[in-house]
Amino acid sequence: MSETKVGTRSELGSFPTERDPRCPFDPPTEYVELRAQEGTASLACPVGVDARVVSRYDDVRAMLTNPHLSSHAAPSTHVVAGGVLDRPVAPGSLLNMDGPGHARLRRLLTPEFTVKRIQAMRPYIRGLVDDHLDALLARTGPVDLVADFALPIPSLVICELLGVDYADRDRFQEQTAVLVGTNSDPAALEQANLEVVGFMTQLVLTKLETPTDDLLGRLIVRARETGQELSVEELVTLGITLLIAGHETTANMIGLSTLALLRQPDQLAALRADPELAGTAVDEMLRYLSIVHFGVLRQATGDLTIGDEEIKAGEWLVAVLSAGNRDESVFPDADRIDLKREATAHLAFGYGIHQCLGQQLARVELQEVFARLHQRIPTLRLAVPFEDIEFKDNALVYGVRALPVTWDGEDA
Amino acid sequence: MKVRIDVDACVGAGQCVLAAPDVFDQRDDDGMVVLLVEDPPAHLEAATEHAALLCPAMAIVVDR
Ligand code: HEM
Ligand code: SF4
Repeated sequence: MSETKVGTRSELGSFPTERDPRCPFDPPTEYVELRAQEGTASLACPVGVDARVVSRYDDVRAMLTNPHLSSHAAPSTHVVAGGVLDRPVAPGSLLNMDGPGHARLRRLLTPEFTVKRIQAMRPYIRGLVDDHLDALLARTGPVDLVADFALPIPSLVICELLGVDYADRDRFQEQTAVLVGTNSDPAALEQANLEVVGFMTQLVLTKLETPTDDLLGRLIVRARETGQELSVEELVTLGITLLIAGHETTANMIGLSTLALLRQPDQLAALRADPELAGTAVDEMLRYLSIVHFGVLRQATGDLTIGDEEIKAGEWLVAVLSAGNRDESVFPDADRIDLKREATAHLAFGYGIHQCLGQQLARVELQEVFARLHQRIPTLRLAVPFEDIEFKDNALVYGVRALPVTWDGEDA
Repeated sequence: MKVRIDVDACVGAGQCVLAAPDVFDQRDDDGMVVLLVEDPPAHLEAATEHAALLCPAMAIVVDR
């Protein structure tokens, strides 16, 4: 047996959050060093505690399947200055629950997200993508691809699935931007939270009265029929989780991956020539971009070991998904985009019991976008210099704030 | 090759169904894994092993 090593102090004193501005698609350069050194570094995080930073692929998988780690402050409270680490877990907060309570809730939701159920939504999603491309092509560029394509498509899909009226989007889209910020003003956070809770509570109350044939309605019925009735509070928290996780992540993936591909003309040409490539391309871009870019936070509920390092009860750990996704021992030439790579074992959706519930939906949405966008608009290009694009460095989910693009008239 | 599944561990992520649709399915009522064939034929072995590797809950065990 190898000797157990205890906490290596890194040269790096604090958790790296800043990227090299010359490579906005690459994680902070310090991650290379973190992966290379023995054990895990204990680094000061913006929230005000030290955390073990787990950065190698195998260690991330080992960590996220360890039953002695709690998700109560997940996903990424470590990077939120002024964030609260000991807030009691809200009933219905799937991301933050542990053990049997989490399993029970997740099982009530899983039938809505099976491969079969999501595949059945593909024609609807393809239609939405085409409708939005028609609308874009009816105009002359430049347009903001984020506002007019990347954001509306996943928002419409999650609204349709949940049973939320898309006309109400101004009651959650802007609030979401505040809620996922890492340095949002506390008063603004509180306000955004109140608004979203108010909106969702109204909706849940209506559906409790007359359950409709949508995810929330079916969930209410399923819970009742199986004797696991959910409270209004649980339904509201779940509804908000799904609404936010369902549109913000996929929207950022669409914007950011389009930009990254526009910067890699050879890969883009391959995708344009063969839309079937969208299948592997989506997982490769999820791996390469790892938009949950600060990783996911856990706290040890007992003593445990990761790799050959001892962790004590109470210690904080961060699984840095973006670092694991660039681990050369699993993904050779990891810093390169290779749309043909079989990358499905990536960590962009996390790993273990909290692995993304909506991943099959995200995949289908992204596949339809990847296959259609560049086919329909083959001359798509940036309408501003690359240097002018603003990245979401201060958000829990990475992406671009806007993506001004244009195309040649003959594409229409 | 022999395949075993642990339905109690499954979190319904569907990775196995994507990787090896001829070997795994998901139940309609709760999304949990269903094993379609316990001893997959040779041409499905690689996909089955890949499914076991992808499963986030380590709910798939493959004995060779
Ligand atoms: C590109 C798109 C997406 C990415 C990169 C992504 C990423 C993630 C990650 C990393 C986690 C794990 C968090 C942790 O371990 O603490 C997660 C969980 C989750 N995601 Fe996603 N997600 C995406 C899309 C979606 C969509 C479309 C939905 C819903 C419709 C969704 C719903 C959820 C839910 C409910 C959880 C919590 C699962 C649990 O705790 O058991 N996600 N996601
Ligand atoms: S991959 Fe694992 S967790 Fe996901 S459905 Fe299959 S057995 Fe269940």
